[in-house]
Amino acid sequence: MIDFQGYGPRLLEGALLTLELAVLSLLVSVVLGLATASARLSRHAVLRLPAVLYTVIIRGVPDLVLMMMLFYGAQIGINQITDMIYDRWGLDIFINVDPFVAGVITIGLIFGAYMAETFRGAFLAVDQGQVEAAESFGMSSWLLFRRIRFPLMMRHALPGLGNNWMVLLKTTALVSIIGLSDMVRVAAEATRATHQTFLFMIPVALGYLVITSLSEIVMQWLRKRYNAGFEETP
Amino acid sequence: MADASIPLIVSDIHKRFGDNEVLKGISLEARKGDVITLIGASGSGKSTFLRCMNLLERPDSGDITVHGEPIRFRRTRHGREPADRSQLERIRTRLSMVFQNFNLWAHMTLIANVIEAPVHVRGIPKAHAMEQGMALLERVGLAERAHYYPAQLSGGQQQRGAIARALAMEPEVMLFDEPTSALDPELVGDVLRVMRELADEGRTMIVVTHEMDFARDVSNQVVYLHQGMVEEQGHPSDILTNPRSPRLQQFLAPRGR
Repeated sequence: MIDFQGYGPRLLEGALLTLELAVLSLLVSVVLGLATASARLSRHAVLRLPAVLYTVIIRGVPDLVLMMMLFYGAQIGINQITDMIYDRWGLDIFINVDPFVAGVITIGLIFGAYMAETFRGAFLAVDQGQVEAAESFGMSSWLLFRRIRFPLMMRHALPGLGNNWMVLLKTTALVSIIGLSDMVRVAAEATRATHQTFLFMIPVALGYLVITSLSEIVMQWLRKRYNAGFEETP
Repeated sequence: MADASIPLIVSDIHKRFGDNEVLKGISLEARKGDVITLIGASGSGKSTFLRCMNLLERPDSGDITVHGEPIRFRRTRHGREPADRSQLERIRTRLSMVFQNFNLWAHMTLIANVIEAPVHVRGIPKAHAMEQGMALLERVGLAERAHYYPAQLSGGQQQRGAIARALAMEPEVMLFDEPTSALDPELVGDVLRVMRELADEGRTMIVVTHEMDFARDVSNQVVYLHQGMVEEQGHPSDILTNPRSPRLQQFLAPRGR
């Protein structure tokens, strides 16, 4: 058995944190992405404009910069608001930005923009005739989305979605800079203390590989589900 | 107030796409059991007119009245829109459309296509809808294909499936938009046979078609459109054998067999 010099349990906890962070960020980004893609495809400029701004800005600025701005910026913003409340009403509130929540929100926000582009393209690829058929049978917008547009769109979105997920997973390593003990941070600490880079970094690399390999199983299942009725899945 | 016994009255429909006015005030009345065929050259506006009836196209002006209930409109920046989504949805459930390209939902099996709107729009219990759906597939000769996906079916089978899907809504009027135009010639017959049977049992149908035999033998009213206007209309035995308008004469001439 490899001797992790006492860092073993923390590495495992770090791996778990990475996974939690990635899955929750994925949820946030998918919801944001769907909403943004729908807004961008709307015929109302009031919805289109903010959606365009969001995707352009987020995709044009480095993730690291966004993370620092959102994490520290959000804390400063909240502090100003609580200070104002204290000055005005004498209420002393202290809200601390939880690094985990901040991480989920930031990564979700970043990848929401990428997801939006993936979903937008996929929605555009849906056969309009099938949407019209649903409309002609009196489906409401929500029913049409849920039963027809979403499942048809997903087939086109899956490759991009899988890609985004892989990048998202690896981006979670950035949260170490805002003080979260994900597996990269634990390994970096351990390396600094013991000077044994590979002893810690190889398991970390393998950890990411395990997660991506497992997600391939999920992807396979999703492909099977959303390709039903089209060509056989490879 | 319009007569509530008349399934569909469409009056004075105007529609333009940009500078191109495709419908210049067309009216039509479908009484119970009517089979009305809309004929005309491509670009005459017949499909657009049909698509205005269930508001897949928004007419710029004109009224649509289903069993005495007029669809309410309001003016918006984007043009004339239905004023009440839920009214539109309710009215659409009473008019079923069959499309040129079938438009079966590709991610669902045939039977799932047939029961989709009855279950989710009309709220019919699934078991009941299944029973009904299977009976309809039986009728159109596709019972053994119920669990196939559309991509696994021929065009003719898909179109008969689409007719079963439309029938499952128990519509008061069926709208057919060139139902045989996308089919290989040898597959047209099966679809037309099903449509003939529907006409025989007294269904109210409006059919955009190039099938002159169908128009002549099955419909009780033929409407010939030319450049967005009704050029001539009447009983098929009348207008198809003795067309008065030179344009209709010309339209019918090269088809002589």
